[in-house]
Amino acid sequence: MKPPARILIVDDEAIMRDSLNDWLMEDGYEAVAVEDGQKAIEIVRSQPFNVVLCDLKMPGMDGIETMRKIKEINKDLPVIIITAYATVNTAVESMKQGAYDYIVKPFDPEEVSHVIRKIISHQQLLQENILLRQELKKVYQFRDIVGKNYKMQEIFELIRTVADSDASVLILGESGTGKELIARAIHYSSRRAEKPFVSVSCSALPETLLESELFGYEKGAFTGAVRDKPGRFEEANGGTLFLDEIGEMKPETQLHLLRVLQEREIRRLGGTGVIKVDVRIISATNKDLERAVKEGSFREDLYYRFNVVTIQIPPLREREDDIPLLAERFLMKYNVKNNKNLEGISPKAIALLMQYDWPGNVRELENAIERAVVITKHNIIQPEDLPANIQSFQESKGIKPRKLKEVEKEHIQHTLEENKWNISKTSKVLGIDRSTLYKKIRQYGLSPS
Amino acid sequence: MKYIDILPMGSIEPDILDLISRHLAKLFPYGLRTLKPLKEPIYAFNFIRNQYFSSKILSEIVNHASLETVKILGVVDVDLYIPIFCFVFGEAQLRGKAAVISLYRLRPEFYGLKPNRKLIYDRVVKESIHELGHNFGLTHCLDENCVMYFSHSIWHTDVKKSCFCGECRRIINHRIVLQEEA
Repeated sequence: MKPPARILIVDDEAIMRDSLNDWLMEDGYEAVAVEDGQKAIEIVRSQPFNVVLCDLKMPGMDGIETMRKIKEINKDLPVIIITAYATVNTAVESMKQGAYDYIVKPFDPEEVSHVIRKIISHQQLLQENILLRQELKKVYQFRDIVGKNYKMQEIFELIRTVADSDASVLILGESGTGKELIARAIHYSSRRAEKPFVSVSCSALPETLLESELFGYEKGAFTGAVRDKPGRFEEANGGTLFLDEIGEMKPETQLHLLRVLQEREIRRLGGTGVIKVDVRIISATNKDLERAVKEGSFREDLYYRFNVVTIQIPPLREREDDIPLLAERFLMKYNVKNNKNLEGISPKAIALLMQYDWPGNVRELENAIERAVVITKHNIIQPEDLPANIQSFQESKGIKPRKLKEVEKEHIQHTLEENKWNISKTSKVLGIDRSTLYKKIRQYGLSPS
Repeated sequence: MKYIDILPMGSIEPDILDLISRHLAKLFPYGLRTLKPLKEPIYAFNFIRNQYFSSKILSEIVNHASLETVKILGVVDVDLYIPIFCFVFGEAQLRGKAAVISLYRLRPEFYGLKPNRKLIYDRVVKESIHELGHNFGLTHCLDENCVMYFSHSIWHTDVKKSCFCGECRRIINHRIVLQEEA
């Protein structure tokens, strides 16, 4: 259930204000009534409203002047002019001045209800469209997650399987492995795709702010709460809430969150009413949550709420066959972003990328390629365009345990690339005959990269 | 024992009062009492509009609630209004004690049709439950089958059902529990 829309009534007659106020409350709105234009302007400055119902004939500032001043404060706030004086001239004048509509009192019950519902539903659509456009700009689609590695293929299959359910998903993986990308892929493959995807990093905010961020607050809940603010749960209503770094959450917030997940309703800080929410929870962490549960720093009951389905994203060093693909994808992305037209990444640079152990995972790879695209003076990214720690990795960590066959395979591949797959030249460099080279190519399944 | 009281105001047919009692008894966990009829609420008559101001009638109805009264529903047979609307079928104090319904615009005769007892029974039951729903804190429901759907016209009253939708039922049950605890 969304929080009720707020409607401002401006009418000098107490009986009209009371009557409209009572009826709007019965219709599920939150109404605030004031008796003149000056008070209306003051309250519009300090409080949010969805619609203003303003009487035309009032002593002092009339309805049209009041509307004009309200529009100076908030040009998008719809104002409906109400009056007992039904003339074509006043109707035309108020519409010219920007009134959303014009109604004559006493109203036909259908009329006012219809107009307000139309405005509110238009505003909700607009809000959802804004959120949707913001999301689409990021072009996070399932197909945009790159990975031919079999572990990634298993994850893609799992995403397809869980997308259509409302089951909570816990995504585990080291920092930079793309946990949010997987969460977005689940959201955009689910029936909730048209609704908001809202992401909250539990480690980015101090504990006290995290609760107000998640659950919202009501005016006066604490110093600085000068107006009501809906929380991320309310923003995500109908859609998906992605809680990142849940391992950082303090016990009090864990308890609060557990209650919300059980009851499916929230209470804003400082508020008394409950608000129903329909939200799918996807959470993520780079911490060992099982151990945190055993050590008592993470609630077991909350862990099981989060952990209906687990997706474990492998670190990049365990899917090195994806590195050339990812590097290529990032090259294309940063070519466009930097208005460049680089043709590729040299085999030597690729080899360096594949040897590095990527503690920062995909994010680190992306940063390395972005940097290379910006600084390179070549048409193809060269080893010297890569960060120094990647260039020197082989020397500093040359002791990385590797099988002889792996080294041989890489060396042959590398030499073939260096000689543009000229078999004669490559066999000479390697000191083997052509037939042995052919045998090795078949044996290792080598092909031009 | 707690009661929902029914308060006839003016001449109201006994079968209508009996019908309201029977239906409300099925929906709410309280006893039903029909109080001694009051006179027609002439004090609420507006000579300019030729209608009766329902909010004034509500103020009078609430005076007739006793200590055992949980809610009190007035029944009139006059044309009701509130200042902003051309007419209303009834009015209730949201989360309050008193409600009123009028038979005036529920009768098929008002629309130039032949009297139809079954039809007016159906409408009376719906409007009674609707107004009591407001007393228990329910606001209008967007489900046009739900009895809490806002009847803009008699057509809407006829379309909606005489029961709460699942969500309104859940809320009202919760409110009844709170009422009992209070």
